[in-house]
Amino acid sequence: MSTAEKYVTGAYLVLLGSLLVYLLIIALKVGRLEEELADLARAAREKHSG
Amino acid sequence: MSTWLPSEDRRGPSLRFGPLFAAAAAGLLVGGFALAFYWAPEDADQGFSQKIFYLHVPIALTAYACFGWGAWKALRLLWTGERRYDLESYTAIHMGVIFGLLTLVTGSIWAKISWGEWWTWGERQLVLFLILFLFYSSYFMLRYSTDPGPRRERNSAVYALFGVVLIPVSFLAVRIAGTILHPTIFTHEGADLPWQMLVAFLVCLAGMLSLAATLYRVELTGKRIDASLRELRELLA
Repeated sequence: MSTAEKYVTGAYLVLLGSLLVYLLIIALKVGRLEEELADLARAAREKHSG
Repeated sequence: MSTWLPSEDRRGPSLRFGPLFAAAAAGLLVGGFALAFYWAPEDADQGFSQKIFYLHVPIALTAYACFGWGAWKALRLLWTGERRYDLESYTAIHMGVIFGLLTLVTGSIWAKISWGEWWTWGERQLVLFLILFLFYSSYFMLRYSTDPGPRRERNSAVYALFGVVLIPVSFLAVRIAGTILHPTIFTHEGADLPWQMLVAFLVCLAGMLSLAATLYRVELTGKRIDASLRELRELLA
């Protein structure tokens, strides 16, 4: 692999890597939102029953 | 109980067309990169390293588009007073900063191959893009230095609108001033490249814009869910 090919590959991998990092962030966020929603549902049930 | 952002103010484009944009982004980017590598001819001067063009330029133009979209939403906020535009403007600028960072990184890689250095301060377009990027990066500091509410929304909108002035300056700088290193492909006489390269470039650009639209909608939906949960929490407290 020539130097130019290495750099070009690196540039395209930057985009791919960024997308994967973004996917990871979104996955973590969805997990957090799911937990928060479960907490709120529990709080709503307690308020409704109590 | 009052909240700073009533739920009816958060209405706007949902994820309804999200899958469509995502499919378009995947198809166009894979197709565009395939065209760039296997169909478009190799550049006579730069050789294989010119293949970064199909990545770097669409990313840069997408960053401009995101900043422009953010400014448009900011203008809508100031014009109509509808508070949902604040979140939309903020999300667009958020996307613009991500694409701006990618522009600087991919541009640096291209510069290293072509010019032998990662960065040069002598090129107006590079420096102006860096200024644009730093300007919009500062947007977040301004936004989070004030409490949520109408004042923060107005200040953020005005800042976003000021920034958009830098876009044509950054874009046209290299054309007005002339340049030694940074190439100018698109001039007032048209595109200075073979039609196969132009087709591959346009497909990549459409793919990158679709990717930005997908990410924008995902991010906006996430922020809206966050706001709704915050409101619910206050109601249940």
